[in-house]
Amino acid sequence: MKFNITRRSILKIVLTAVAWALAILWTTPFIGLFMVAIRPMEEIMHGWWNVGHFSFTYRNFITVWTGAEGSYPLHIGIRNSLIIAVFSSIIPLAISALAAYVFARFDFPVKNLIFLSIVLLMGIPQQIIAVPLFRIMKDLRLLNTYLGLILAHSAWGAPWIILFLRNYFLTLPKELEEAARVDGASDFQIFLKIVMPLSKPALLSILALQFTWVWNDFFFALLLMMTPDKYVATQCLAFLKGKYHVPWGLLGAGSIITMSLPILLYFALQKYYIRGMIGWVIRG
Amino acid sequence: MKSKTPIFFLAPAMAIIALFVVYPIVDTVRLSFLSPDGKFIGLNNYVNVLTSNDVLNLKRFPFTHPPWGSLIHNAVWIALHLPLSLLLGLLFAVVFRNVKGSSIAKSLIFLGMVTPMVVGGWMIRFMFDRDLGIVNLLFRLVGLSDLANKTWTAWPQLSMLATILGAVWVWTGFSMIVYSAALATIPREYYEAADIDGASGFQKFIHITLPLLKPATIVVIIMTILEELKIFDIVFVATMGGPGGSSSVLALQMYLMAFKYFEVNKATAIAVLLALLTLPPTIYVARSVRRG
Repeated sequence: MKFNITRRSILKIVLTAVAWALAILWTTPFIGLFMVAIRPMEEIMHGWWNVGHFSFTYRNFITVWTGAEGSYPLHIGIRNSLIIAVFSSIIPLAISALAAYVFARFDFPVKNLIFLSIVLLMGIPQQIIAVPLFRIMKDLRLLNTYLGLILAHSAWGAPWIILFLRNYFLTLPKELEEAARVDGASDFQIFLKIVMPLSKPALLSILALQFTWVWNDFFFALLLMMTPDKYVATQCLAFLKGKYHVPWGLLGAGSIITMSLPILLYFALQKYYIRGMIGWVIRG
Repeated sequence: MKSKTPIFFLAPAMAIIALFVVYPIVDTVRLSFLSPDGKFIGLNNYVNVLTSNDVLNLKRFPFTHPPWGSLIHNAVWIALHLPLSLLLGLLFAVVFRNVKGSSIAKSLIFLGMVTPMVVGGWMIRFMFDRDLGIVNLLFRLVGLSDLANKTWTAWPQLSMLATILGAVWVWTGFSMIVYSAALATIPREYYEAADIDGASGFQKFIHITLPLLKPATIVVIIMTILEELKIFDIVFVATMGGPGGSSSVLALQMYLMAFKYFEVNKATAIAVLLALLTLPPTIYVARSVRRG
């Protein structure tokens, strides 16, 4: 019996070692990115893994942030991404919550048909709207504006948020809403004072996922933002070029800056983030 | 109960979706049937696109190296990227199942899913770089200098493979998380009962774990195929579809055709074809939503 226990604990130690080795191996490229960001170019030219001469520099971060050496200033990109992502999370959340409430609680003609059409919009590629979207924004004089990109993201995000919230609302008990209705509350009051507070976890999941999605998006920005003062962070990174070779140091620093917000958000809201992702794929 | 509430509550979301999503889809379909001067030409754009070597190059496939055309490239993406990321995600989920500190380790692997795909694209350039690439270093260590001394993204033989393998690295966190969640729902009693019957660890995995993971597997397959069909950012940054179109994919081809070469009508035909490919997995999702 004792032997058995020892064998089991050895197995556990081996498994733990293998698991951590895998995790570290998987993280190696990120470690490399970090190394090229904080070390001078001469040192990393023949492999960032050579640590014989190791000197630290934060120059790459300053350069990419201010936009020296021909890169697009990342502080502008980050600011633009922040504005776009904040509004492109709140607006679709507000309008989709209202619509989802109707799909969960009301009956009206062609409801199922409309709902299924919305669900079908979830899987399609952004390319299917690219050309007309560009033309509409041009006609509305919304090309190269925050409002244009925010509207595009809001419309694009609305279908999955509606589906996610409608499913969530269906799990809420109806009794509270009915009691409030007897007391004379209007539909909007019920929605705002009862349904919304009960849905806090779902709303947080949506905000975390939609914010990350918009922050990380490249295609809509590529389509609609045309001048460097309007570039979002992902554009600044994608368009980074060196004269003779890839400016790895600037790329590493810029990538780290751009990644840090979604990563912080992920660690802060991990529970909601994973639940949102798994909830909507498994339930959906 | 007759109420005007549905209309008022639905109006904002429906209006914005109609104007910026539904109308553009309809207009894209319309444009795909027109010539550049606006005449109806039936399926001509589709025929042109499907017979062009940029989309479907059956003279080269599969006996010469890429380019094989972006439609075939997307198929290769599914054929390689789907099984690799699925199996690796399953492997990680199983290995991390009963390990101390596994939530941190899993978060590290999941980082790829949280970072922008644009960064993922640069990481692929970086991982397969002649001087700085960690993959090249590995091949150098095992003596395969042919593969070690090339920047993979710059070679037609290797560029698509580099983007696909790099995307496996980015994407494995997704299947791992879904499988981890599914594993956590399997009741411990099942395994205890199997222990009493004297089942081995391998038998338990084959007869208990795997069958119960079927729903999660379907979810991972559907979602991963959708992403593989729509892959854009990674290829844009890592190779821009090159060299010589050897790593091009449909979404990127559509963009370049419309906004770089201004062949708008042919580009919309590609967009419609791409959307049609994403329809079966999406319909599957829609049907399960209705049931659920």
